[in-house]
Formats: sequence, structure tokens, C-alpha cells
Amino acid sequence: MSKSERPNQLFRNLNAKVASIPMILTALVIFVGGSAWTVLYSFTNSKLLPRLNFVGLDQYYRLWSTPRWLISIENLLVYGVLSLVFSLVIGFMLAALLDQKIRFEDTFRTIFLYPFALSFIVTGLVWQWLLNPEFGIQGVVRGLGWESFNFDPLYNSSIVIYGILIAALWQGTGLIMCLMLAGLRGIDEDIWKAARVDGIPMWKTYLFIIIPMMRPVFITALVIIAAGIVKVYDLVVAQTSGGPGIASEVPAKYVYDYMFFAQNLGQGFAASTMMLLSVVVVIVPWAYLEFGGKKRV
Amino acid sequence: MRYQFLTAALAVTTALPFAGPAAATDLEVTHWWTSGGEAAAVAEFAKAFDATGNHWIDGAIAGSGGTARPIMISRITGGDPMGATQFNHGRQAEELVQAGLMRDLTDLATRDKWTEIVQPKSLLDGCTLDGKIYCVPVNIHSWQWLWLSNAAFEKAGVPVPKNWNEYVAAAPALEKAGIIPLAVGGQPWQSSGAFDVLLTAVGGTDTFLKVYRDKDAEFAAGPEVAKVFKAADDARKMAKNTNVQDWNQATNLVIAGKAGGQIMGDWAQGEFQVAGQTAGKDYTCLPGLGLNEVIATGGDAFYFPLLQDAEKSKAQEALAETLLDPKTQVAFNLKKGSLPVRGDVDLEAANDCMKKGLDILAKGSVMPWTDQLLSQDTQKQKEDLFSEFFAKPDMTVEEAQKRFADIVASAD
Repeated sequence: MSKSERPNQLFRNLNAKVASIPMILTALVIFVGGSAWTVLYSFTNSKLLPRLNFVGLDQYYRLWSTPRWLISIENLLVYGVLSLVFSLVIGFMLAALLDQKIRFEDTFRTIFLYPFALSFIVTGLVWQWLLNPEFGIQGVVRGLGWESFNFDPLYNSSIVIYGILIAALWQGTGLIMCLMLAGLRGIDEDIWKAARVDGIPMWKTYLFIIIPMMRPVFITALVIIAAGIVKVYDLVVAQTSGGPGIASEVPAKYVYDYMFFAQNLGQGFAASTMMLLSVVVVIVPWAYLEFGGKKRV
Repeated sequence: MRYQFLTAALAVTTALPFAGPAAATDLEVTHWWTSGGEAAAVAEFAKAFDATGNHWIDGAIAGSGGTARPIMISRITGGDPMGATQFNHGRQAEELVQAGLMRDLTDLATRDKWTEIVQPKSLLDGCTLDGKIYCVPVNIHSWQWLWLSNAAFEKAGVPVPKNWNEYVAAAPALEKAGIIPLAVGGQPWQSSGAFDVLLTAVGGTDTFLKVYRDKDAEFAAGPEVAKVFKAADDARKMAKNTNVQDWNQATNLVIAGKAGGQIMGDWAQGEFQVAGQTAGKDYTCLPGLGLNEVIATGGDAFYFPLLQDAEKSKAQEALAETLLDPKTQVAFNLKKGSLPVRGDVDLEAANDCMKKGLDILAKGSVMPWTDQLLSQDTQKQKEDLFSEFFAKPDMTVEEAQKRFADIVASAD
């Protein structure tokens, strides 16, 4: 192809390029290939075994008329928006508070980060017990004499998703806090001094100077949280198994249940394609703004 | 074949330590029988199979059928088949059979006259596809039972009901005494199964077959089935305070007298036995909810994946014979609490409830169950619907019935 025009472009860093071939192949075959295969078979009526028997958009029509899928989507939206907002806000607040040169900072940091060391399954079980009306928080408060106290989100269809959100925040904010803290430590001390000389109040400094400077950290945190939201599955399985009824179902669980329990690959593939689509819809414009076009910042 | 024997002979001469009277073949058998009583029952199979000179390698998969089946299926489709595996006979393994991954047992079945020994005959239907037999049924488990706690009714001051209608009438008294009238665990299959039982008992066998076998959606939306939904609504109200997930936790509520009763299959019997309770004295069982005494021929069966290895294939035949052997049948089913698949064995040691089941079986009041009639896909949709219906008091009966009819319309 390009014989003598720009030979050094292709062969520059040849070792590095050769070394990355396995990873490129993995990415192409497993991620891109696997996704393409899934999308293709989502247009078939595959049951237990994949079969190329096309039925058009039937699986998608069925998907979007299934109450369980609609509830899953609604739950994901509520859970997603709230967990994004609260993770960032709480994470940043904790980091800002830790950054005030307090005593025992290490101890606090460890305490806040500890839940992150637990898997979602363990987190789910812990909070299943804590939110159990007989043995958990409600039981303890009632034991203290406040008989009418009511707090059983996991047994109430309309608020069960918030019970799951609490567990997710407890587990995840520690990590966001650490990221934010690292970001805060990366801000030059002189900026603080300059702001103080100008008489800018502390909250304004944070809001208008520090946070804009921490943009890369926020983006990292955003990506980590967003990825966690779309794939939330094990937390729900451990905490409620989708109950009561189907009130806390999430899309990932729908995919799994229909692929393996219901032996209906086509339906599971259609659901997972919709999940992929939602990720693409979010990622593509953002990636375009971030990496494409003119270089900003 | 000749070559295989030759190689086997050579192998025997070279590997002297293994040259026993009958060359022991290892056969891995996967199943999901892991609770105390189940494990004891499956050990009877292993013992009997080992006695044939082969070796049973136990591949128990913890969890339940829902957890185990995907693992088994992916092993078979992924080219790593086990020697034999449990499924509920019916449509769970249908596609594996169609794909030619399961062994055709017709020759063996004709030789050993399975059609004559297996009772009721409809059991073998669940194993048959296009006139060929692909599995060995080992027991009969039926769903249509109502288990009642005598202590709970005594506490509430009402007599133990004889059928579903009396039970519903007794519910307010139970509630007043602080007892949950009906225990229904949170797992989706429990509410879905309870509805199917109500459909059989309140609606009758014909209604059940019309909905699930003929898949008559119009009928499913009609007044006959509306009666069943009315009963399901009663059940939902009676069950609203059950805050447990697993079926055996729900059974334990009945055992402890905290709940009046439970609609559950005959496997619940094992729990009463383990708790040391006696049928008739501590608890009462009503087959068909006391309204329609039938037994569905659901249950467990063993399928044999197609193997290349001739030795193992021979061992598969030995296992199939062992499973149907009268002695093994008795030993296994007594521990499992299920009914044997042969009419010619004697279950003296059976308890009252099992005897009731055997009587119904002898009368021939049998019917196919959802495992045979519906695909897993339809079953799952049904589970989604009924777990929502039982958990959501503001879902109307009419809405539920409409969605039920939709599922029946698209069922396969």
C-alpha cells in the first residue's frame, strides 16, 4: 500500500505495535465481534441454542411491551441519576472535609474506603440484613421504644430501589472520595493563597476555581460511576432478587434471566442490545466532545 | 466396536492393577439434589450403581434447578458432556434432544419393556420426542398439595379445613390470632406454581388443560379462569404478610405454627419429616386443595448425553437399568418423599400423605404438568406476572387476567 511515501509512519515503534497485536485482536474479536454477533442474533428467534432464523424486530416489540422490562428501565433511570448525583456530591464533600488538614485523616480515609473492598454480593447481604424490618434498623429503633418507627424499603414495592441505592452509595462513595482527594491534593497551594489574598470565600473558591480545575478527575469519576450503573446486577440479586414481585428488577438481570432461565437467547440478546445502545447514546457524544474536534482546555 | 474391545483388552493387559473382574467405568452424574433428604436419596442411586461394577462420580450442583440447568446445558453444548444428568422430564431438554446431543434410549427401552413397567404411562410421554425415548423417569413429584398446620388452627379456634373454600373462610380467624393465613415465599416460581395449583383445583383439570395444553387465549380471558383469579386474589390477601424468600422457610412457618398453611409440592413433606412431625397429627395434607384430587406427572428424570466413548456408553445403559430397578426405586423414593415410577413396587414404609398420593395414582387420576406443556420461556413470563401480582396489592384481578391471556396467546 503506502510503499515509500511515509514508511516511517507505519514502522515507527514497531516493537510496541507488534506487542499490542494480541490486545488489538482480543478487542476486535471478543468485544466488537461478540457485540456484532449478539446484535445479529437478536433478530432471530433463537431459543436454547443460537439459530439463524430471522424474525425481524419481533424480539424488540416483545421486549418493549413486557412490563418487567419497562420497570427495569425505570429503575435504572432512578438508580442511575440518583447514584450519579449523590456519589459525586457526597464523594466531593467528604474529600473536601478530609482536605481541611484534620487529625487522623488516614483513619477516616480508611474507614470511608473500606466498603469498597467488599464485593457487591457481600454489600447486598449486609444491607439486606440492615434493612430487614425484624432484625435491622427498624427492629433496633423499635427496641429503643419508638414503636411506630417504619423503615423497611426492601419490602415496599414503591421505594425498594432506594434501599438498593443506599447500599450502592455506601459501597461506592469511598472510592470517589479518594479520587477527589487526589484531585484536591493536585491543586497548587499557591492558588489557595491567591484566592485568600483576593478575599474570595472558601465555598466560592471551591465552586468556581477548584472544581473547574479538577475536570479530569470528575470525568474519571463519572466514567467509573456510569459503568457501575449500567451493569448493576449482583447488588440486586443479593439484596432483593428483584423483589418484592418484580419491583427492583434491572436490565442486566432481565438479560441473564431470559438467556439462561427462560432459555430464550433471542429475547436476552435483544435486551442486551438495548443496553449497548443506551451506553453508545451516552458515550458517543461525550467522546466526540472530549476527543474529537478541536482540542480544548 | 471391535477396535474398541481390542484396545480395551490391550489396556487391561498393560495396566494390570486395573484388571478387575469387571472394568470399572467412571460416570459423572450431575443433579441438583443437595438438601439433606435429597442427598440421602441420591446416595441410594450411587450405591446401586457402584454395585454394578461401575463408579458413580457425583456432580451435585448447589442452588436449585434454575441455577443448575444453565450449567448443565452449557457443559453439554460446550462439548464437555457428563455421563448422565438430571432434568425435569418434559420440555427442559427439548432443544438439546432436537440438536442431537442426547442419546436415544429407544432400543434399551424396548429391550427392558419400559412401556410396561413405567406407571402411569404418561410419564414416558415426557421423555418421548418424535416416537423416540430420551430419558429415564425416576420419580413423580406433584405440586397439588395444601399443607396445613393443625396447631395454628387450634390456636385460632377453628377446625382444620377440609378444602380450599373452608380454608379461605377460616382466614380471618387465623389473622385475628396473629397467624399468617397462607405462606407464599418470595421466589417467583412459588407464586406461579401456587396459581397453577389453584387453576387445577378451583378451575378443574379440563380448564387447566384448555389453558396450558390447547393454549386457548380466549378461554384464558373468560369467566372460568376469572374464578381462578378470584381465588388467587384471596390467596394474595392471605399471603400478604409472608416476609420470607425460600420455599422451605415458608414451610418452616407452617411447621412452627406461625402460618396456617402453604400450597407447595410434595417435596415439602421432607421438611415436616425432618422436623419430626406426623401427618394427620401435627399437620394435614390436602391433595388438589381438597377440591380436585389429581396428581400431576411431573418429576425428575435422567438424560444421557451422546458420548463417543464405548465404555462409558455401556456404563450409561447400566445406569439406566439401575435407576428403574425395583429395589433402587423403593430406596430412593422413600428418602426423597416422592412416588415411584413403577406400579409394581411396595412402599410399606410410606407415610399417610404419600399413601394418599399412591391411592390417587392407583385410581389413575393423573394429568400432565406445566413442565411438559409449556416452554421455559412461557414459564418465566408466568413467573414474572405472578410474582408481581402477589407482591403488588394494587394490581387488579382484571389486569392480571388480561396479561395472563396475553402470555397464553404467545405461549409455545
